[in-house]
Amino acid sequence: MSIFEYNGSALIAMVGKNCFAIASDRRLGVQLQTIATDFQRIYKIHDRLFVGLSGLATDAQTLYQRLVFRHKLYQLREERDMKPDTFANLVSAILYEKRFGPYLTQPVIAGLGDEDKPFICTMDSIGAKELAKDFVVAGTASESLYGACESMFKPDMESEELFETVSQALLSSVDRDCLSGWGGHVYIVTPTEITERILKGRMD
Amino acid sequence: MKLNTSGLESTAPFFGLSNELLDGFSAAPFFEVPNTTNFDGFQKEAIQMVKPAKGTTTLAFIFKEGVMVAADSRASMGGYISSQSVKKIIEINPYMLGTMAGGAADCQFWHRNLGIKCRLHELANKRRISVTGASKLLANILYSYRGMGLSVGTMIAGWDETGPGLYYVDSEGGRLKGTRFSVGSGSPYAYGVLDNGYRYDMSIEEAAELARRSIYHATFRDGASGGVASVYYVGPDGWKKLSGDDVGELHYKYYPVTPSTVEQEMVEVAGA
Repeated sequence: MSIFEYNGSALIAMVGKNCFAIASDRRLGVQLQTIATDFQRIYKIHDRLFVGLSGLATDAQTLYQRLVFRHKLYQLREERDMKPDTFANLVSAILYEKRFGPYLTQPVIAGLGDEDKPFICTMDSIGAKELAKDFVVAGTASESLYGACESMFKPDMESEELFETVSQALLSSVDRDCLSGWGGHVYIVTPTEITERILKGRMD
Repeated sequence: MKLNTSGLESTAPFFGLSNELLDGFSAAPFFEVPNTTNFDGFQKEAIQMVKPAKGTTTLAFIFKEGVMVAADSRASMGGYISSQSVKKIIEINPYMLGTMAGGAADCQFWHRNLGIKCRLHELANKRRISVTGASKLLANILYSYRGMGLSVGTMIAGWDETGPGLYYVDSEGGRLKGTRFSVGSGSPYAYGVLDNGYRYDMSIEEAAELARRSIYHATFRDGASGGVASVYYVGPDGWKKLSGDDVGELHYKYYPVTPSTVEQEMVEVAGA
């Protein structure tokens, strides 16, 4: 069994009209044993930038702390928040630093850039960026998530419809995965507000 | 004179069918024998690869009124959930049930086989087979295949002339008599709830609820168990299915979501 599947996870980010959604499951397990059902996999970097870290939970938390540290240094020096594409480059560089002993996690980055243009991207554990216009997925349920997103995605959705789409895609995908699920966590980010919702899901 | 017979020939190539496709249909089936020095090892590995339905939770226990049998309904292949509606409690005859853990095909086949043998015993001896006898029949068959890769972990539960009966039988040849068993990857969790709540003098309703709760808690903690928690009861008049609850709904019945109380609300500062 792959170390990426040790804790289990499901992550998804999707683009709408001047907004984006990023969602994850809430399970933390050790192989098949469920340890917690209120685990946080999505982190806020600033009001218009979120990062989700799938894969090995211990490495995800460590990487998150390093990203926050580097972002704070940037804020002090530049006196502004980081743009999403700049942040993606930072994550990529930090990951590649550990080319021969990587952080065992696959990040998903989502944010609003200049003129409220949504930005989403994912990368592998050593920092190979993969930009997408529509949606990105990661985690143990990624195959099912690809299927769900591929069939449910529509361009230029408003925030309410985007929430519905992302939530349905997430919940139906994790129902086909033993290692993720146990509820969901969704963030919808528009230029004016951030909505955070906890989803009820199957608890098996 | 020469007849033009071109019209009688197959038109298939004109419809763009490739030769490859036609060859595939016309050729006789042919299975390549794997080129290996250790054929037995290869075969064992291949069987291991196609064996589904690994994760399971099943349980059964004897109490005052008879035997309670319960199971989940998930079949998984690695991390993938291949079905949420598997029948893991197999009805051998109106007075006897078997549970399924391990290889789905192995369990299904040998329980059906046991059903035949039990019926034949009934016809030959003009009385129903005892649970002891039936479980021994199965255990002896499984023992004769020991080491050949069968994967069965089962409980035989029923009612015979001596009252309620319960046996655990597995493909390693083991056969144990007992009053409380749980089998499968979720069994440690089920045992936790079951051992804690078990009393011999329970009513049928209490026993059914204990079985259901044990399965529910196992599906919650065990990633490979889930779906529906089915509960069967075997009494003096044979078995009866008492319930089949979707675990997805059962969770919110046991633990309803209470809206979180707002600790502090933002208010306008007066005269700012």
